[in-house]
Amino acid sequence: MKNIIKIALAGNPNSGKTTLFNILTGSNQSVGNWPGVTVEKKEGMLKGNKGVIITDLPGIYSLSPYSLEEVVARNYLVNERPDAILNVIDGTSLERSLYLTTQLVELGIPVVIAVNMSDVIKKNGDTIDIPGLESELGVKIAEISALKETGIEDAAEKAISAANGKNSIPRHSFRGSVEHALAHIEEAALHDMPLERQRWYAIKLFERDTRVSDLLNIPRDKLSHIESDISRCEKELDDDAESIIINERYSYIESLLEKYYIKAKKGPSISEKIDRVVTNRFLALPIFALVMFIVYYVSVTTVGTLLTDFTSETVFGEWISPFLEKSLTSAGVSNFLVLLIVDGIIGGVGAVLSFVPQMMILFMFLAFLESCGYMSRIAFIMDRIFRRFGLSGKSFIPMLVGTGCTVPGIMATRTIENLRDRRMTIMTTPFMPCGAKLPVIALIAGAMFGGAWWLAPSAYFLGLLIVGISGIILKKTKMFEGEPAAFVLELPDYRLPSVSNILRSMWERSFSFIKKAGSVILIASVGIWFLSQFGFEKGTFGLVSMEDSLLASLGGGLAKVFAPLGWGDWKASVATLNGLVAKENIVSTFGVLYGEDYKTALIAAYTPLSAFSFLVFNLLCAPCVAAIGATRREMSDWKWTLFAVSYQTAIAYSVSLLVYQYGMFFAGETNKYGFIAAVVLSVIFLYMLLRPGKRKVVL
Amino acid sequence: MKTLTLKDISPGQTVKIGKVTGEGAIRRRIMDMGITKGVSVTVRKTAPLGDPIEITVRGYELSLRKADAEMILLES
Repeated sequence: MKNIIKIALAGNPNSGKTTLFNILTGSNQSVGNWPGVTVEKKEGMLKGNKGVIITDLPGIYSLSPYSLEEVVARNYLVNERPDAILNVIDGTSLERSLYLTTQLVELGIPVVIAVNMSDVIKKNGDTIDIPGLESELGVKIAEISALKETGIEDAAEKAISAANGKNSIPRHSFRGSVEHALAHIEEAALHDMPLERQRWYAIKLFERDTRVSDLLNIPRDKLSHIESDISRCEKELDDDAESIIINERYSYIESLLEKYYIKAKKGPSISEKIDRVVTNRFLALPIFALVMFIVYYVSVTTVGTLLTDFTSETVFGEWISPFLEKSLTSAGVSNFLVLLIVDGIIGGVGAVLSFVPQMMILFMFLAFLESCGYMSRIAFIMDRIFRRFGLSGKSFIPMLVGTGCTVPGIMATRTIENLRDRRMTIMTTPFMPCGAKLPVIALIAGAMFGGAWWLAPSAYFLGLLIVGISGIILKKTKMFEGEPAAFVLELPDYRLPSVSNILRSMWERSFSFIKKAGSVILIASVGIWFLSQFGFEKGTFGLVSMEDSLLASLGGGLAKVFAPLGWGDWKASVATLNGLVAKENIVSTFGVLYGEDYKTALIAAYTPLSAFSFLVFNLLCAPCVAAIGATRREMSDWKWTLFAVSYQTAIAYSVSLLVYQYGMFFAGETNKYGFIAAVVLSVIFLYMLLRPGKRKVVL
Repeated sequence: MKTLTLKDISPGQTVKIGKVTGEGAIRRRIMDMGITKGVSVTVRKTAPLGDPIEITVRGYELSLRKADAEMILLES
């Protein structure tokens, strides 16, 4: 027995590895129904057995890596050599899943197969001859359902005993001429190697993987000997070495399935029927627009608002604040401290917390969208449009994830193989309104626009519009020019997500907001309150009126910068600056600075136009520090990060300026300089949009 | 006569694949996904704006662009 056993979960994207990982380790990683949910490997202890470490790897289709998350998985398997691989395969898509299996068994690491979705296989009436497959492949197989949590223990036990057993020697074989060449290669160059690893290296050499031949340091005469074997085989089969191996793997699997798998014949599947409507030529785009409209309309305007008004007005306004004020005062707490708690903490943190119901509704919708299988369809529908903007349909998934939170959105860009596309998606994902911007939208919609139904969905479509414009502008620059990347994407079957998964995901994300409210936002609110109470008056430092405070002079400087956007007042400037810490801070800052009745105060302080311009700026400008950090991590370069953040802020400033100055023009209150600036900016934008690119994007 | 490619096939039709042309990562990706010599592929539909297409191959649904489908020759 080994002291610590390492078991890696490997398999195709979207085969259910993370769901299985969560059950095995009792942790709470997020799961979804689109390829590429897991982009980094994660480790956890097997529940009830501390000696076993489970590693959840990103999904891969093959061991020849394309995208970043595939590299992570491959490097782990080849370099770290876990004690066993638990190969999770989607039982409803055996043929493609087993393709990876034939590569995994060649690594010489013991493999156990977990056939997932065994419940669906049974329901469909399909049968798999498990003992037959086991003996052909030379590996143990467990039938599981990660969703229904059946067969899990069996899979874990089989993996542990495999890890303690001997290394497996791959058993599958290809056609005679290929085996002949492989045998020659093994004999010529690999006979010193452990038996179980020879096949992997022989195949790599056959595929002319130069990294492997350099690594093995094979003498030149042997290499040319091998080369003649390869070209003889290529000539005989009239194909290149790489294709020959791929073809052989698939024909081997076909022969297996012919013997051991019976698929019940049936009519169109439920997924096909859904897709007849959802990806229909005429209905697809309207349905997509409707879905996004409903998500924002319901979470911000209807159900969300009812709950939010209740929390902010009744719970905080009528219950908590007066209660605290009364009890603290009667307990003899100094007036200063009462003000700090009621105005600073409750004012700021309470303002943010009161939006939690709206966020919960939004997160519930997103969790459903992510796990039902609609995401890949959106990529399918939107690819053509996104390609016009120099992005791929795959860029859309990070953006949709980004409407929950920008950080995982930026992380999700790892499924994009092409570096240019990936960078551009990282730069533009923050334009989508994230969950933390929701309170800001809701605040402006509620206070300034009488709860107008169109404001929240329009924030979403404004984000999309700016993404598109950015795509066109950036694609014409030297940095981003070039052919659009390929788009090969699996469309998984629709699945009805389990209620517990949705609730878990909703709770996880909401809870992280609540935690943030108790930490970052609390500190920021207290800080803002102090800065708004103290200042210099006649040369001495002390309590002053808010207009003379330190904060007012700080914000006053910034306000000049924002004046052309129509909201050059120190409070809004401070709120914007504070939004860089966390976007909810914008709301908490207003809560502290304008007091309990901040909604009424806002109406008095701003016009709808300036409030809208304020909203536009804050939706588009540099994201919060956490998202800037994620940008830095994924770009792994400070220059690109700086460029991204400056670009976002410049776009935000320009668009707000256009909105405000043209708005004033149509209202008949033109400001001469502002209007000229807006016209100049428009000309620049038009030029950037219409100028011919260095290379025509092929449409 | 020009060799037919997967791009020329209209929705609803099932065809057998001949060879995958082109080179490098994208070609390998297409083959890794199961589009190999002799496999039968059904073209399901075209996306609302004319591109990409959706196909059924080896029992699952895959979407790819017409530009990539053009690299996939049919069995003659």
